[in-house]
Amino acid sequence: MEGNFYPLLKWMILPPLAGFVLNGLLGKRLLSERTGGILGSLAIFLSFIFALLSVSDLLNLPAADRLLRDTLFTWISAGPFTVDFALRLDPLSAVMALVVTGVSFLIHVYSIGYMHGDRCFHKYFAYLNFFVFFMLLLVLADNPVLMFVGWEGVGLASYLLIGFWYEDPEKASAGKKAFVTNRIGDAGFLAGLMLLAAVMHAGGVYGLDFATLSANAQLAAGASFAGVNAAFLIGVLLFVGATGKSAQFPLYVWLPDAMAGPTPVSALIHAATMVTAGVYMLSRMFFLYEAAPAALNVVLITGCFTAFLAAVIAVAQRDIKKVLAYSTVSQLGYMFMAVGAGAWAAGVFHLTTHAFFKALLFLAAGSVIHGLGGEQDLFKMGGLRKHMRTTFILTATGWLAISGVPPLAGFYSKDLILEKVFNSGAGFVWLTGLFTAALTAYYISRLLILAFMDKYRGKEHVHGSPAVMTAPMGLLAVLSVAGGMAGAAWLLPFLQPGAPPEHHSALMIAVSVSAAAAGIIAAFLLVGRRTEDLAAAWPRFHKLLLNKFYLDELYEALILKPLERFAGWTFRVPDSKVIDGAFVNGTAALFMSMGRGLRAAQTGNAQFYAIVFLAGLCVLLAAVLAGYYL
Amino acid sequence: MMNFLPLTESVSLAHIVGLGVAVFAAGAFGFLVRRNLIVLLMCVELMLNGANIVLVAFSRAPGAVDPQVWVIFMFAVAAAEAGVGLALAVLIWRRLGTLDIDALKELKG
Repeated sequence: MEGNFYPLLKWMILPPLAGFVLNGLLGKRLLSERTGGILGSLAIFLSFIFALLSVSDLLNLPAADRLLRDTLFTWISAGPFTVDFALRLDPLSAVMALVVTGVSFLIHVYSIGYMHGDRCFHKYFAYLNFFVFFMLLLVLADNPVLMFVGWEGVGLASYLLIGFWYEDPEKASAGKKAFVTNRIGDAGFLAGLMLLAAVMHAGGVYGLDFATLSANAQLAAGASFAGVNAAFLIGVLLFVGATGKSAQFPLYVWLPDAMAGPTPVSALIHAATMVTAGVYMLSRMFFLYEAAPAALNVVLITGCFTAFLAAVIAVAQRDIKKVLAYSTVSQLGYMFMAVGAGAWAAGVFHLTTHAFFKALLFLAAGSVIHGLGGEQDLFKMGGLRKHMRTTFILTATGWLAISGVPPLAGFYSKDLILEKVFNSGAGFVWLTGLFTAALTAYYISRLLILAFMDKYRGKEHVHGSPAVMTAPMGLLAVLSVAGGMAGAAWLLPFLQPGAPPEHHSALMIAVSVSAAAAGIIAAFLLVGRRTEDLAAAWPRFHKLLLNKFYLDELYEALILKPLERFAGWTFRVPDSKVIDGAFVNGTAALFMSMGRGLRAAQTGNAQFYAIVFLAGLCVLLAAVLAGYYL
Repeated sequence: MMNFLPLTESVSLAHIVGLGVAVFAAGAFGFLVRRNLIVLLMCVELMLNGANIVLVAFSRAPGAVDPQVWVIFMFAVAAAEAGVGLALAVLIWRRLGTLDIDALKELKG
C-alpha cells in the first residue's frame, strides 16, 4: 500500500465526536453554559492542533511523497471487493483540514457569545461538533464511499442547524428544503459512485481508494454506459452531487433559505466549509475529469452561470444575510469555474480565502444582527459605523477582501481563477466572470453603505458585541488580509508541487482591479441614501430580482405541485384502497366471517361437547381398527 | 416368573372385559344424560375404572405386568382429578348456588 502509515490521523476526527457525545448527553443536565461552550471549542482546538502536527509531519516528507494514511478497520468486504475505513492526508486534504478545523474553532468561540442565553445552548454545540466530525471525515476519507458517509453526515448536521429554532415553522421548513434538495444531488453522487465501482469491477479493479481509482481512471474513459462515455457520465453525476451540496444552479435554492439558522452556522456550514465540499470532491476526483474533458465543460458553464445569476440576485436583496448567501452561491460558482477550467488548485485557493473573508462577513453580519436585537433588514440599519466601531472596521476588511482589492485575499484567488479561465480559452466565460466580479464589488459595497453609512434608520437600541465575538472576527480579518499573499506564496506550490510558478500578466491584473473599482464606485454613486436606487430606475427588473427570478415559484409549479398531486393519489388509491382496504382490513374481514361461522359450534353445553368428544373418539377408534384389520 | 391364577371356564377373559365395557358404558351414558356436577364426576370415575378393569383383565391373560402398573398410575391420576374436580364443584356452588351443568354457559359463542 502506497503512503506512510500515520496513526495520528484518527485523533484528528475523534475530539469533535467526543465533544458531541459529552455536550449532547450530559450538557443540559451537568454542564454550565460556560463549560459546555468551552468544551465544544476545546474539542475543535484539539483537532486543529492534531491537524497542525500532522501537516507539519507531512511537510517534512519530500514533495513527491506527501501522503499519510491511517486505516482503522476493513469496512466492507465482499469477495475481492474491499472498502476500508481509512483516512488520508495529502496536500489537498491537509489544506481542507486546516481550514475546517481553524475556521470552525474561531466560529465555535464566537458562538459562545452569540448563542449566550439560548434555551438549547448545549444542543447547539453538540450539533456543531457533530458537523465538524463529519466534515473531517469527508475531507480525510481515503475512498469515495467513506467520503459519502461524511457527505451525508454534514448534510444531516446542516439540516439540524438550519432548523435549530424549530418552533418557527418557517425555519423548520427551510431545514427540510435544504435536506430534500440535497437528497436530489446525493442521488447523483450515489449513482456516479455505483457506476464508478461497476466500471472498475468490469476492468478487474476491486479497490475503491483514491490511489487505485486514480491509477485506473483510464478504465472509465474507455468504457461506455448506455451509449455514453462512462467517465463523462460519472463526472456529470458526481457534479450533480456537487451542485446539491455546493448550491449550484439548478439546486442552489436551498442555500438562501438556510439563512434561517443561527448566523455562526451560516458562517461555518453555509459559507466556509460544508458548501465547499463539492469543490473539494471535484478536486479530489480530478483524475476522473482529466479523462473526461467534456464533463469539465459542464462544470465550467454551470459554475459561470451560477456565479453570474446569484450575483445579480444579490444586488437587490434587502436581508443582510440573504445578500451574503447569494454572494456565497456566486463565489462557489467561481470555484467551480476554476475546476472547470482545469485549475482545481486555484479553486481550492479561492475556497480557502473565501472561507476566511466570507466567514468574517457572516460573523460581522451576526454581530450587527446581535447588536440590533435580531433585525436583518438592511433598510432598517444605517449609520452603524458610529455605533459599532469594531464591527465596522472588520466588515470593511471583508468588504475589500471579497471585492478583489489588492493586496487582500480575494484579489489573489479571484484574479488567479479569471486568469486560468482566460488561458483555457473560454473567452465568454471569462467576460462573464469579470462582470460578476464587478457585480460582487457592487453588492457588497451596497451592503456596507446601507448598514454602516449615513444615519441610523431603526428604532432598536444598538449595543456592541463582546470580545468573545470580536476576537475571532479579528483573527479572520487578519487572515482575510494576509491569506492571499501567503496562499500565493505557499499554498499553490504545496498543492501542486510540480507546477511552474504563476505568471500574472499586468494587463490581467489591471482589468480585474478596474472591474472591482467600477463596482465599488458604482455602488457609492448609485445606492440611494434612503430609497432603493434600482427600484426607482427599473421597477419591473427590481421586482424580478427581489423575487429571485421566480425560480422558487417555478420549481413549485413544475416539480412540487405535480409531486404533491401524485402523493395525494398514492395516498387515496394504492394506500387507502389497496393496502389498507384490501390487505389490512380484507384479511381482518375474512377471519371475522370465518369466526362468525365457527362460533355456532360453541354451544356452551358441556354435554354437547362430551358427545362430540365421544363421537371423535369413536371415529379415531374406528380408523385405528380399520387400519389394523383391513 | 410370577404365578398367576388361571382364568376358569366359568369366568373367562370375555366376561371380565364385558364387565369393564359395561362399567365404562354406564359411566359414559351417565355423563351424557345427567346434569349434576357431582354425579358427572362420579361418572368419570366409572369410566376410568371400566378402563382399569379391562387393563387388569388383559394383564392376566398373557401374564404381562405393565397394564397393572398403568392401573396404579390411573388411580393416582383419578385421585388427583377427583380432588381438583370436587374443589371446582365447591367453588361453582359458592359462586352460582347450583351444580347444574347447564348453568355453566360462559363459553357459548
